Amino acid sequence: MKSKAIAYPYVGWMALFVVAPILIITLYAFTSGDREFTLSNFQDMSQYASAFGRSFLLAAVATLICVLIGYPMAYFLARETGWIHRMATMLIMLPMWMNFLLRTYSWKFLLERNGLINSFFGLFGLGPFQMIDTHGAIVLGMVYNFLPYMVLPIFSVITKIDHKVIEAAQDLGANNLTVFRRVIFPLSLPGVLSGITMVFIPSVSTFAISRLLGGSKTLLLGNLIDMQIIGTAYNPHLGSAISLVMMVIVIICMAVMNHFGDGEQGVSL
Amino acid sequence: MKKKLIAWSLSAASLLSLAACGSGEGENGVVNVYNWGEYIDTSIFDDFTAQTGIKVNYQTYDSNEALYGKLAGGATGYDVIIPSDYMIAQMIEEDMLEPLDFGSIPNFSDIDPVLKNPEYDPENLYSVPYMFGILGIIYNPKMVKEGEDMETWNVLWNESYKNDILMFDNSRDTIGIALKKLGYSYNTTDPAQISAAVDELVAQKPLLQGYVMDDIFEKLEGENAAIGVYYYGDYLTMADNNPDLKFALPREGTNRYVDAMCIPKGSENKENAHAFINFMCSAEAGQANCERIRYSTPLLSVRKKLDESVVNNPFAYPDPTFMAEQCETFSCLPAEIRTLYNDEWVRLMNS
Amino acid sequence: MKKNGMPSRLFLLLCLLFLYAPILVLMAFSFNGSVSKAVWAGFSLKWYLQLFQNDMILDALWVTLAVSALAAVISTLLGTAAAIGFRNMRRRSRTVCLTINNIPLTNADIITGVSMMLLFMLALSGLNGLFGLKWKMGFVTLLIAHITFDVPNVILSVMPKLRQLDPNIYEAAQDLGDHGLHAFYKVILPEIMPGVINGLIIAFTLSIDDFVISYFTAGSGTQTLSMVIYSMAKKRVSPEINALSTLMFLAVVALMVLVNLRQTRQEKRAKRQQENLSAQ
Repeated sequence: MKSKAIAYPYVGWMALFVVAPILIITLYAFTSGDREFTLSNFQDMSQYASAFGRSFLLAAVATLICVLIGYPMAYFLARETGWIHRMATMLIMLPMWMNFLLRTYSWKFLLERNGLINSFFGLFGLGPFQMIDTHGAIVLGMVYNFLPYMVLPIFSVITKIDHKVIEAAQDLGANNLTVFRRVIFPLSLPGVLSGITMVFIPSVSTFAISRLLGGSKTLLLGNLIDMQIIGTAYNPHLGSAISLVMMVIVIICMAVMNHFGDGEQGVSL
Repeated sequence: MKKKLIAWSLSAASLLSLAACGSGEGENGVVNVYNWGEYIDTSIFDDFTAQTGIKVNYQTYDSNEALYGKLAGGATGYDVIIPSDYMIAQMIEEDMLEPLDFGSIPNFSDIDPVLKNPEYDPENLYSVPYMFGILGIIYNPKMVKEGEDMETWNVLWNESYKNDILMFDNSRDTIGIALKKLGYSYNTTDPAQISAAVDELVAQKPLLQGYVMDDIFEKLEGENAAIGVYYYGDYLTMADNNPDLKFALPREGTNRYVDAMCIPKGSENKENAHAFINFMCSAEAGQANCERIRYSTPLLSVRKKLDESVVNNPFAYPDPTFMAEQCETFSCLPAEIRTLYNDEWVRLMNS
Repeated sequence: MKKNGMPSRLFLLLCLLFLYAPILVLMAFSFNGSVSKAVWAGFSLKWYLQLFQNDMILDALWVTLAVSALAAVISTLLGTAAAIGFRNMRRRSRTVCLTINNIPLTNADIITGVSMMLLFMLALSGLNGLFGLKWKMGFVTLLIAHITFDVPNVILSVMPKLRQLDPNIYEAAQDLGDHGLHAFYKVILPEIMPGVINGLIIAFTLSIDDFVISYFTAGSGTQTLSMVIYSMAKKRVSPEINALSTLMFLAVVALMVLVNLRQTRQEKRAKRQQENLSAQ
């Protein structure tokens, strides 16, 4: 198996469909409609600083919540034995077989003024609460849609932890909490980092969730790009510039994070 | 084990696809129709195919701007589109529409003469009216104060209805409402007036439940919001599901719109497109369509067949003087004002 | 690790409820007699009947399944080959390749979608201008986009298996007179097969679920189920879509239950055999 030529078709594919598009988007970002070099796209962007702030803030909150729910969930699932453990991956992935827009759309009816959740509260004389079309609803949509991306990598890392390591720690007198703190958690960190990446990136760039659950009141970066590329404010050059800046910020965030997590990457589903 | 799973899922997939494979091209080719959502009785496609042997490929959009964005973005492959008045004017100006061959649309003679040669297409070269209607305030009397004056746009700025108000999710309609509230024209080209209108909207934003398009149906029918702005034809559909809902016309004036069928440049099935437009203007298709979507039809022969209570309803078929005095149609705005609309809309969204 | 107690079981249950509640709501409303989501108008199967007459939805389903299946198969072949090839590259070029391979994984979908759309638009207008063609974005561009984001996931799931592979195995096979492709089929492929299959499943699932990239790359004439749903979502999502999704979802669930039952039965049988053996 010494041949590397077998990879060439894909190398060519990457050059055409991964590298070239990035170059083109860069080209668009630095040119104007009449194909001249310009920096005005980036200067125009200052008025959207608040959209940048909002997107990164909401995505960060959603990611944090995903860690707080996803970690214990993955941990408990990993501790299960029998069919639950065997089916865990499938249980988490199964909702993905229902279209994500439909699942998000379905939340609308749970969150509405007269939706199921408010009706439930109504039984106890509470509410109705304004839940739909708020920032909270958008964060919920992000958490809901991307939680599996947090659970799966953590679950797969914890499952792979060698039981002998844990037993060794216990033999050395560590109690459960210490075992978790000193052994399981550090070993599962690559899964957490991978999960954070996989939740944060789609959250920060979403445009469908804010449109469906936010009542179009909250302009996120994704909505801004969508508007510039095929939507109401057609200007692909500005859209490209915004995409490029978002990409760079995300890359910096991830680089900083991976630096803290000793750079171990590539935990697969 | 997993190998089996794959085999099963693949065979299941191919079974499903066989079931889906019944539709190919019609014997006389296809016509690609791009229309607003929920804006056609799709069952009449079968009649069309039976009559002409042309298969209808049908896709939907949810705003004039989305349609424009798709076409301006270089999308081709559509044969019939149904934009609204001001968008038609803009598309004519930008040379995005094919002139129609009215010789192949004999049913055009049935169109209400009042609607022919409109402002957006003065010589009537590019468009055939599809439906028209007027904009108003739809509200739920149970959820507003008794005796509240609903016949004014001001009610949409009333703080006692915080989180209960719905506005349009598109710039032209929403900025238009604010312009009317301030007593300006829908078609003003004064940047100061437009900016003032958007300032009003920025102030209104905290009171809103959301900017909606057709999701307003479920919002109002389900009593999830008290007040919204939408067209009379849609109000009728909503009232079917929730008879409590009421319709009011603001006295400051409102918008009368016309949606019309056009053929975009680059259409590859022009003949079929003409056949489709002519078919939609036939009495049978027009009636089925009108009864399904409830907007006001431009076809005179269809109006004769409709229920009298519908035809005599002043909201559905307002008398011409009312239309002239109270209603304004959107006209095409100059390019720099459109850019201003876009910028101001992004400012509102970003506020 | 100790077993889960009641509180952690309860937590798991709540989490799963959170994941599945919207799906249950959706399925319930596929049986609603009325088109409205606000009103329950009695049990009805009419949306299931109407579904099979709705050409727009069926066409979109066909496009979705075709593009997902094709993209999954092609990207599995491409990705497995690439993963093996990468192993044999010199360190530096391998790092470069893997870094580029990571771009579609780490980039936001919207950027992948937008950048590919710009590429397709430029390339098509260039080609059409040069050769007088009338090509436009459609199924092919959609397929290319899907393959592009599927392959990195396949590679990610094949790579670990390759890493676990004992390099001596292949040489041993060659020493025994097996060479080239044959050795690959007989020795390497069975070893990495679980990773390949896993990659195929992931690719298929991702393609089925994708909305953002399809939205930007499908052009005007082609639409996937997701795109139909999005154009409906600002309006009224027709209950026929709920019906279709319910059917697809139940098909997957049924498949999993079957698989799981078989697996349990096999395990039991294996256990019994073991017991019989040890009893003897």
